[in-house]
Amino acid sequence: MSLDTATIRRIASLARIRLDDSEVQQAQAEINGILGWIEQLQEVDTDGVEPMAGGSPVAQAKARLRPDVVTDGGQADAILANAPDRQGEYFGVPKVVE
Amino acid sequence: MHPTDFTLRGALDALSEGTISSVELTQAHLDGIAKLNPRLNAYITVTAEKALAQAKASDERRAAGQVGALEGIPLAIKDLFCTAGTRTTAGSRILDSFVPPYESTISQKLLDDGAVFLGKANLDEFAMGSSNTTSASGPVENPWSRANDPDTRLVPGGSSGGSAAAVAARMALGATATDTGGSIRQPAAFCGIAGIKPTYGRCSRFGVVAFASSLDQAGPVARTVEDCAILLKSMAGFDPKDSTSADLPVPDFAKACERGVKGLRIGVPKEYRLDGMAPEIVALWEQGLQWLRDAGAETVEISLPHAKYALPTYYIVAPAEASSNLARYDGVRFGTRVTEPGSDLRDLYERTRAAGFGPEVRRRIMIGTYVLSAGYYDAYYLKAQKVRALIRRDFEQAYADVDAIVTPATPSAAFGMDEKQDDPVAMYLNDIFTVTANLAGLPGLAVPAGLDAQGLPLGLQVIGRAFDEETVFAVGRTLERAADFSALPRLRAGA
Repeated sequence: MSLDTATIRRIASLARIRLDDSEVQQAQAEINGILGWIEQLQEVDTDGVEPMAGGSPVAQAKARLRPDVVTDGGQADAILANAPDRQGEYFGVPKVVE
Repeated sequence: MHPTDFTLRGALDALSEGTISSVELTQAHLDGIAKLNPRLNAYITVTAEKALAQAKASDERRAAGQVGALEGIPLAIKDLFCTAGTRTTAGSRILDSFVPPYESTISQKLLDDGAVFLGKANLDEFAMGSSNTTSASGPVENPWSRANDPDTRLVPGGSSGGSAAAVAARMALGATATDTGGSIRQPAAFCGIAGIKPTYGRCSRFGVVAFASSLDQAGPVARTVEDCAILLKSMAGFDPKDSTSADLPVPDFAKACERGVKGLRIGVPKEYRLDGMAPEIVALWEQGLQWLRDAGAETVEISLPHAKYALPTYYIVAPAEASSNLARYDGVRFGTRVTEPGSDLRDLYERTRAAGFGPEVRRRIMIGTYVLSAGYYDAYYLKAQKVRALIRRDFEQAYADVDAIVTPATPSAAFGMDEKQDDPVAMYLNDIFTVTANLAGLPGLAVPAGLDAQGLPLGLQVIGRAFDEETVFAVGRTLERAADFSALPRLRAGA
């Protein structure tokens, strides 16, 4: 399967990555090349196989819930220290609601 | 002996005997960095003043009888580990000015054990790459070069290329690194040093910039197997801040190095004998197996029938997880923001991410977005998770019969900086021998084992059972001792 330029634009939009018209064709060629190579997975018989989601079944088997209590907080200055547009105790963004 | 020529173990002994101080050891490494880093570009940030202050404090602790496991040892920290108060870029423009207010668990553990941080090591952007050419801070050069072609600059491998180059060029005694598909083992092999990706869950991921969370695992690179074992002991351990961290005791890895291999059964996967594989890689692999037999191990052919699907599986799972993890870089809370006059919020996101991410990162985010999108999730992502389960099952079946598996670390020696840059899939094939261990969550160690015809290092890989790094170290040390790898890169401190 090969992705058309409209699909490439849609993916870029979903990923919130601005793609200029001049970049669409190159992205299309590269992504189709990679997807074509990945296509070989379809030949593997995976009927009845449980998908493996995490990185370690051993660790997952011992997964635990921590107590549902507040362990952190009161660090507004540390959290805002890297803000590109700090406004008081808030992150500034362009106006969203008219 | 020049202070930068110590192994980590040797430096610990010299510090303990009082023949050198941490300040002297640290200064010698900083001098090496000042001389070589302008060319090799292994460090993005050098923290000379902090390093010397840490070294002075270490010498004072030692004088007072407080001696940590890494007391006074100068290390490089991959610039993917958050370091409180020291800029952490992940090799990306989008984190160009990011100064973490907190410390990663691993770097904190190293500091707690007395280590000195020389600076932050270069890497492929967000650890995505096999050549360290995608860093926003520019490419890293391998300190090795071809004997018959010394002017061609070679890649150090990636993504932990800065860590590996720094250690090989004697600009650090060891370094932290991370490995999602081979990013510790491939650069270690390309730079003629050792590096271990431990079992998934062995080291905390807290404070390590995330790429693909079910595959990412941190580990050390160093010039000997024992040095890696010493570093891993300090880095590993349960951390409640990482929900996938394993609550298991941390063994004495350095002690395990000297266990030997007598009576061990070593698996040799027949699927790893690739068509067209370089004859010197085949010969080195055979030689390694012979060394193990000479040391009392038995070698057994095994089958990993789904190994050939590992890379395409990886290139669904890893981009999918990356597209999710990297959604946080939106130009709002931290990092770079790019806007135009009149930009609305969506335009802010799209311009920030287009300008902040390099081409390889953008490509992987887009692939990940596609394979997770409505209508394609089952065909790609769910399918890949099922094949991943089969790859893991192959290993489980193999480990019913063998104690460890030995393979080449990479399909070639280090290549030129301008090679393989036009075809993403050709670049991805670098990880063909390493990526299975990430998918199955298993420990993998790269050991320098020989040189190719051009005098470039080649490595072997030891893959172990989950949480059995001890056997991996024992096999790796046996290979290291037999190989007696003593060649040196042309560019190195103290040379």
